[in-house]
Amino acid sequence: MADKVRFVIERQDGPNEKPYEQEFDVDYRPGLNVVAALMEIQKNPMTVDGKKVAPVTWECNCLEKVCGACMMVINGRARQACCALVDELSKPIHLAPARTFPVIRDLLIDRSVMFESLKKIQGWVELDGSWEVKDAPIQNPYTAATAYEISHCMTCGCCLEACPNVGPQSDFIGPAPTVQAYLFNLHPLGKFDAPKRLNALMEKGGITSCGNSQNCVEVCPKSIKLTTYLAQLNRDVNKQALRNIFNF
Amino acid sequence: MAKDMSKKKIAIVGGGISGLLATIKVCELGGEVDLFSYCPVKRSHSLCAQGGINACMDTKGEHDSIYEHFDDTVYGGDFLADQIAVKGMVEAAPKLIKMFDRMGVPFTRTAEGVLDLRNFGGQKHKRTCFAGSTTGQQILYALDEQVRRWEVKGAVHKYEFWEFIKIIKNKEGICRGLIAQSMNTMEIRAFLADTVILATGGPGQVFGRCTASTICNGSAVSAVYQQGAEIANPEFIQIHPTAIPGSDKNRLMSEACRGEGGRVWVYKDGKPWYFLEEMYPAYGNLVPRDVASRAIYKVCVHMGLGINGENRVYLDLSHIDSGYLERKLGGILEMYSEFVGQDPRKVPMEIFPSVHYSMGGIWVDRVHNTNIPGLMASGECDYQYHGANRLGANSLLSAAYSGTVSGPEAMKWAKTGNKGSDLTAEEIENARREVQNEYDKILTMNGSENAHKLHHEMGDLMYKYVAIERDNNGLDACLVELKKLLKRWDDIGITDHSTVANQEAMFVRQLRNMILYAMAITKGARMRDESRGAHAKIVLENGKRKMDENGDLVFMGRDDEKFMRITIVNYDQKTEEPIVTYRDFDHSLIKPRLRSYK
Repeated sequence: MADKVRFVIERQDGPNEKPYEQEFDVDYRPGLNVVAALMEIQKNPMTVDGKKVAPVTWECNCLEKVCGACMMVINGRARQACCALVDELSKPIHLAPARTFPVIRDLLIDRSVMFESLKKIQGWVELDGSWEVKDAPIQNPYTAATAYEISHCMTCGCCLEACPNVGPQSDFIGPAPTVQAYLFNLHPLGKFDAPKRLNALMEKGGITSCGNSQNCVEVCPKSIKLTTYLAQLNRDVNKQALRNIFNF
Repeated sequence: MAKDMSKKKIAIVGGGISGLLATIKVCELGGEVDLFSYCPVKRSHSLCAQGGINACMDTKGEHDSIYEHFDDTVYGGDFLADQIAVKGMVEAAPKLIKMFDRMGVPFTRTAEGVLDLRNFGGQKHKRTCFAGSTTGQQILYALDEQVRRWEVKGAVHKYEFWEFIKIIKNKEGICRGLIAQSMNTMEIRAFLADTVILATGGPGQVFGRCTASTICNGSAVSAVYQQGAEIANPEFIQIHPTAIPGSDKNRLMSEACRGEGGRVWVYKDGKPWYFLEEMYPAYGNLVPRDVASRAIYKVCVHMGLGINGENRVYLDLSHIDSGYLERKLGGILEMYSEFVGQDPRKVPMEIFPSVHYSMGGIWVDRVHNTNIPGLMASGECDYQYHGANRLGANSLLSAAYSGTVSGPEAMKWAKTGNKGSDLTAEEIENARREVQNEYDKILTMNGSENAHKLHHEMGDLMYKYVAIERDNNGLDACLVELKKLLKRWDDIGITDHSTVANQEAMFVRQLRNMILYAMAITKGARMRDESRGAHAKIVLENGKRKMDENGDLVFMGRDDEKFMRITIVNYDQKTEEPIVTYRDFDHSLIKPRLRSYK
């Protein structure tokens, strides 16, 4: 008989229900990851006590670590489940929802707050329209490479889950949406609206709520140098504040 | 302020590149959009496109021309694409790239700051713009940002985590809205619209393991097919030659690997055999996907030369400078290391072909209207642009271009189309009630089958009979088996009876749609007695697969006289079976010629 992998899963039947734990065994196979294991549970949703239960609810799409959907807390750490290989995890494997966000059911969470924050920081380039205007400006390839790095942010929420300043005690919009402001300020057209973004980051929940705990950069699945860009933004915000005062 | 009732309302289903560009175009023309998606649109499957987007920028001193892009696309598609439509797409391509650049897509640049270009399969010039190896992700994000801007302005209302169930037609048969269900609260609601655009992507999940996301199930396409929309060319399923095989999914290894100099080989007589270079000296490793996939399949399955006897071959980048690789392919090399545990900068990757893309889909005219008035389709879910085989890096292009066509056309229909009678409150509620009843019935299913296991079986069936090599015996058998699966669907048992985020019940509904879609693919393949592009059919002799004197399989040739026609599949309401007919199309610009990459 195949080896089994034991999963201890924190479940919750609805947004206002109490959490509880259930344990499942999944047949081991080489290369098995957490999403693949949850898919096996779907095929036979039975706990280790032999109780037939509803399959575990979670969110996933791409299974390639680009869509950001399957973020959950695995053995205490916020990460993408698709690339969490069972071979590299201590057993039993504990799965829990990222409770920085409202839980909808089981491991399924509501991260709409992150997308709302992208509205606050004006996370776009202000185009006249999608019609043809003229050639786009030439860009410094080194700046473009930095933009490329930051533009990998999948809005997964690992950095918010890990940040001690994101939660009911603070309005902090979190590292990911904050750093996106830096991305648009780098763009040759996007930088025209840099003052607006920097002013937005001076408001409640903005960059002053960052406590520089550096947890975000540790957990970012895309290895974005979040703390580096937070520090640069902090300088930019201070400069903008001076500009606002002295009107230059 | 009172709501402006003169505003036109367009419902767009799917928030990938095509749906988002259509959304932007509608907003720019003063319309309002209800945007439906399985997920936050930023997580749509377009982000899995890696290698790039084709456009004749001609910035590499190679004298590239739009005509050559046109010719490569038509030839690569084995002369089954509407040539007028393709011409429109390739002409628009350079303008789209400049728009994306202005939007902030971080394309990879040359030392002097202009967009870099790379090689891609089936094209002899550098024509592919790219953002590292995550081009789809970067383009999707730029469009997501622009749509968010319109959302702030109040022109877009997103219904994320809502599943499209079906369209609502008035008594003249014109589409006037849709029914959707919240995937979290399970509420089923009717939405009225002047035009509905489906931009729901491909049906990869019909094959189970594939390079597509779990949300690419073709369910929406199947739903409108059952409501009278025609499907065209469904048998043309692209098998991507280079994917990492996996039990949960086959992960794509971009064609950019070959574009940047990657070589495909296996050991033969103890020495590396670069079989693509030997078989196709003109294009070498840069042959189009269908050609490469069949070659790899032959080397592994028929010649038994796969790595350690398994169905794997090497895709080798280890001879290329690692700094260069990092800059051009960084993202995907990291993915390979992460999922496989080996560094492709140092050792050759192990890959095998996988189902990847559907050239076929909902039939549309050149401006993306389906045969149901008021219903449009755009992106991978339509059948336009790629004929029998898609060239790499033409999918981001067709997704984007189709959105720029379908959006304005949807507004035109909304303003000037003959929409017939308005739906009455009773008609709307009846349509909603019907979907509610179907859903409630699923919740009471207490048979012995598990929907996910049935799905797995269906994927195995489709891979066995309707993938790289097809023959009429297998296709007949597959149709019989699919009908059995459809019957077994009735015997599914549900374990989840929750009223919150009931993913199992939704999957059961999707599965039935997937089985019916699988039947359309299989029937289309069965009826097309030729080989063309991705559709390769083996000759049968006395009921057995025919071999030539070298022991190689004999494939049917291309039969322009009979089959240079579009497959049209209609759904038979009584038998639930697909009915196949053929339709002529425009191929007046480039005369068909034999397709060979040798």
